[in-house]
Amino acid sequence: MSDIIVSAKPSRFAILANPTRFLELSGKVQPWLYGSAILAIGVGLGLGFAAPPDYQQGLTVEIMFIHVPFAWLCMMIWTVMSVSALGTLVWRHPLADVAVKAAAPIGAVFTALALITGSIWGRPMWGTWWVWDARLTSVFVLFLMYLGLIALTRALDDPGKSAKAAAILVLVGFVNIPIIKFSVDWWNTLHQGASVIRMDGPSMPAVFLTPLLTSALGFTLLFFALHLTAMRTEILRRRVAALSKLAARRAGD
Amino acid sequence: MQHHDYFGFIASAYGLSALGIIGLCLWIFLDGRMQRRALKTLEAQGIRRRSARERQPAAAAARPSETGR
Repeated sequence: MSDIIVSAKPSRFAILANPTRFLELSGKVQPWLYGSAILAIGVGLGLGFAAPPDYQQGLTVEIMFIHVPFAWLCMMIWTVMSVSALGTLVWRHPLADVAVKAAAPIGAVFTALALITGSIWGRPMWGTWWVWDARLTSVFVLFLMYLGLIALTRALDDPGKSAKAAAILVLVGFVNIPIIKFSVDWWNTLHQGASVIRMDGPSMPAVFLTPLLTSALGFTLLFFALHLTAMRTEILRRRVAALSKLAARRAGD
Repeated sequence: MQHHDYFGFIASAYGLSALGIIGLCLWIFLDGRMQRRALKTLEAQGIRRRSARERQPAAAAARPSETGR
């Protein structure tokens, strides 16, 4: 695993594939990511609280500024993992498996929060905490897939062994992402249709759209920051495991 | 309309989200710190990666805690 053969003149792709180089680069990028994430979330939610009550939903529209970013993120994180899964299966990129394993718990948390905030928003607006409509059910299935992936990536001591299985699960599970996105168009759901990403442009006034997009940007940056940190930790965890094995072998001699 | 009635819903949505995200951040940072410490302990015992040993064997022997990240 740690025996990476470095050619005389490595390409940019190969440089990023070197875990030591990745640790150096990500260490430099990390503080900027966290800083800009906190700034954007602060501005977004601040603008959100300053926005007037919606004419139909009243003040509960505040919940939108967190619920919608979380829901976008849970789909984006699975998409990021799908690209990484291709990296594992096609290019055997040494960091691809690390990226999948590190992203799964973060994705699970954001999916759970999307479900929880949606439920809390649904109670006053729909009169129910939960319905088994297409949107809610497909996101719940996504949550279960995140849990399954977490279990799979942590089931075996040797991470190299579970990498391929995890990558296949991620790619198969990706089918669910368009189902979630278009569920409100394909089926008759209690959940409302898309109001930001539409063919005819957002159907939302700027007082709500600006805070929503700013907060979504902030949470997206927060995800990438947390993902980098978790990936760095995972690399270190594998080094610790390899060195512990070495120490045990040396003690046995 | 009684907008103030929604306070509990809005507060609990934000509260639970804050709790979830802060918990996630804490777990990620503590996990990172644990691995860094474990690696340092191993290196202090003179156990290091082959690449780190080959790069500067003399320096590694002299200052075990500083080399080979």
